[in-house]
Amino acid sequence: MDYFSILIVDDEVDFLETLVKRMQKRNIDTVGVISGEKALEALEKRRFDVVLLDIKMPGGMDGIETLREIKRKHPLTEVLLLTGHGSVETSIDGMKLGAFDYLLKPIKLEELLPKLGAAFEQKVTQEQKIRKARIKELVRFPGRVLQQEKEEKK
Amino acid sequence: MKELLYRNLQRKIISLILVVSFAPLITLGATLYYQFNNTYRQNIDEQIRYRAQAQSEAVDLFLKERTAILNAMADTHTFQDMIDEGSLSRIFEVMNYRAGAFVDLGVIDSEGRHLAYIGPYDLKGRNYQGQPWFDEVMSKGVYKSDVYMGYRNLPHFIIAIRRDEDRNQWILRATIDPDILEKIVRSAQIGRTGDAFLINRDGVYQTLPRFHGIVLSQSNLDTSLFGGRVTVTEITDGKNRNSLYAGSWLKDRKWLLVIKQESDELMSRLFEIRYTEIIIISMGILAIVLTTFFAVRLAIRQLKSSDEKMIGLNAQLVQSDKLAALGKMAAGVAHEINNPLATIIQKTGWMEDLLEEEEFQNSENFEEFRTSIKKIEEHVERARKVVHNMLGYARKMEPRLEDVDVNDTLNQTINILENYARNNNIDIQTDLANDLPIIAGDQAQLQQVFLNLITNAIDAIGKNGLIEAKSRRTDSQIHVSIKDDGPGLSEDEMKKIFDPFYTTKESGKGTGLGLWVSHSIIEKMGGTINVRSGAGLGATFTVEIPIVIPEKK
Repeated sequence: MDYFSILIVDDEVDFLETLVKRMQKRNIDTVGVISGEKALEALEKRRFDVVLLDIKMPGGMDGIETLREIKRKHPLTEVLLLTGHGSVETSIDGMKLGAFDYLLKPIKLEELLPKLGAAFEQKVTQEQKIRKARIKELVRFPGRVLQQEKEEKK
Repeated sequence: MKELLYRNLQRKIISLILVVSFAPLITLGATLYYQFNNTYRQNIDEQIRYRAQAQSEAVDLFLKERTAILNAMADTHTFQDMIDEGSLSRIFEVMNYRAGAFVDLGVIDSEGRHLAYIGPYDLKGRNYQGQPWFDEVMSKGVYKSDVYMGYRNLPHFIIAIRRDEDRNQWILRATIDPDILEKIVRSAQIGRTGDAFLINRDGVYQTLPRFHGIVLSQSNLDTSLFGGRVTVTEITDGKNRNSLYAGSWLKDRKWLLVIKQESDELMSRLFEIRYTEIIIISMGILAIVLTTFFAVRLAIRQLKSSDEKMIGLNAQLVQSDKLAALGKMAAGVAHEINNPLATIIQKTGWMEDLLEEEEFQNSENFEEFRTSIKKIEEHVERARKVVHNMLGYARKMEPRLEDVDVNDTLNQTINILENYARNNNIDIQTDLANDLPIIAGDQAQLQQVFLNLITNAIDAIGKNGLIEAKSRRTDSQIHVSIKDDGPGLSEDEMKKIFDPFYTTKESGKGTGLGLWVSHSIIEKMGGTINVRSGAGLGATFTVEIPIVIPEKK
C-alpha cells in the first residue's frame, strides 16, 4: 500500500487504541486522538491524508463542528465519518460539509481499509489537479503565482 | 360502552325541551280560553239583558198606547155620549181602526153598574161594585188585569180607566186582544231553544210559552229571583239542563218579560272554540313531541359518532406519539449499543491479528481461540442486525411519500417479530414475488400495518403454528397476504373485526384499535384490507394497495 497517514478521532478509548494498534501492525501511519480539539491540534502539527471522525462525541466540540473546522483549515484532507446511530440528517449534513463518506459502527477492519484507500486516492487526485492548474497559471502569469506564494508563506 | 350516558343525556334533553315548550303553550291556551270564556259570557249576558229590556219596553209601550187611547176617548167625550150605544159603537170602531186590539168597550158608572157595552159578551147590566179591580180603578184611576181565559176560550186582559167629569166619575173599560202583545213578546226569542214570554208575579204565563205550558199555566219560575229592572240568572232544570233567564219587569211591576235561552245553545260557539283550540294545541303538542324526539335522537347520534371519531383520532395520535417517542429513544439506544459492539469487533479483530503470529499457531487451543473469535463476531453481527432493523423501523416516523420496497418492508417487520414468534414455536414463512415495483408511499405506516397483521396472527395462533406471508403483483396493485393457521373467525366476527374497539382478546389484552387503524391507513393509501376465514380454518388478511410509481427526482 502507498504510504498514507491517518488521524482517528473517537472518544471511545478502547475502540481507538485497538484500531490504532491494528492499523500500525499493518504498517499504516496512524495516530489516534480522543477529541475534536486534539484533532485540530494534531493537524496543525503535521500533515494527515485522511481523518476518520466519530460524529457523536459528547462534551466539547462535536463531530460536525470538528468536520467544519478541518475542512476550513485543511481542505485537502479527506474526512470519513463514523457514526453509531446513523441518523440521516447528520449524515446529510456531513456530506454537505465535505465529508468523503460515512460509515456505520460497528465496522470490520476489512471493510474500513478500502474506504480509507478510496479517500486517500481522492486526496491524491485533488492534489494533482491543483498542481496542474498551478503550473498552467505559472506558465501564463508567473508574477501572480510568485505573489501568491509570498502571501502563503506569511 | 357509554350507551347509558347517551341515553340519559337524550332523556334529559327531551324532557327539558318538552317541559319548556308545553308549559307556555298550555298556559297560553288556558289563559286565552279563560279570557275568551269570560268575555263571551259577559257578551251573552249583556245581549240577553238588552233584549229583555228592549222587549219589555216594547210591551210597556203597547200597554201605554192602549191606555192612552182609552183616556183620549174618555177625555173627548161626555158620559152621555159614551152611554149612547150608537156613538159608543162608532168610538169603538175608530179605536179598533186606528189602534186595534180592542175586543170590547164598556162604560161603568161610579156605582159599578155596567151601563153601555160594545162587544161580544153579554155584560150590560152587570154590577162590579166590591170587586177588587173596580175598587182599584176607582182609587188609582187605571187598572190592567192579568190575562184570563175569555171569549171563545181565548186569552184576554182588561184595561180600565176612570174619567173624572165634573162631579161625575165613570169608568171606561176595554178588553184587549193579546195577539199583538204575543207577537211582540215572541219576537224576542231566538235560536232553537230560545223562548220569550210574560208571566205575572205568581209565575203564571200571560203569553204562550214556546215549549211547555200554555197561557195561564204555571211556569214554576220564582219571580223573586228577578229583582231590579233587568236580572239575568242561570237556572238548572230537572233534566240537568242549564238555561239563562233574563227577566225584565214592566213598569207596573205586575208582569215580567222573560227571555230564556239554553246555555248549551248560547255557549255552543264557545264550545266550538274550545274544541278547536284543544285540537290545535294537541296538534302543536304532537308536532313538538315528534320533532323533539327525532331532532334530539339525531343530535345524540351525531354526538356519539363524532365522539367515537375523536376517540379514534386520539388513539391514532397516541399511537403516533408512542412511535415517535420510540424513534427518539431508538436512536439513543442504538448509539449506546453500537459503540460497545464496535469496540468488541475491533478487539476480536486484534486478537485475530495476533493469532496470525507464528508463536500462537502452535498452541493447543489455537483452533479454540479461532472459533471462539469467529463466534463472538457472529453474535456481534446478530446484535448489529437487530439494532439496525429496529433503527430502520423507528427512524422513518415522519409521514412522507418516499420510495417503498414492499418486500423489504415486509422482511424488516418479520425480522422484528422473529424472536417473538420463535419463542412461541411459530414459524414465519415468506413467499415474496420478485417483480414488485418500488412504489411511492409512507413506509413507516405500511410497516405499522404489516406489524399489526403479523402480531395479530401470532396472537391468534398462540403457540405452535405457521404464518405465511406472501406478496404478489397484479397490473395495478400489489397484494400482500398474511395467513395463519389459528382458530379462525366466525362470520359475525369477520364483519366486526375492522370496527374500532372490537377485539377477540380478553379484556385488557387488546385495544381493539389495531385493525381499525390499519384499515384507515390502507384506505388513505387508496387500497383495501380484507379477511377470509372460517371457524377453525385460520385466517388470511390481504392488503391490496395501488401501484403508484414514485416521481423521478
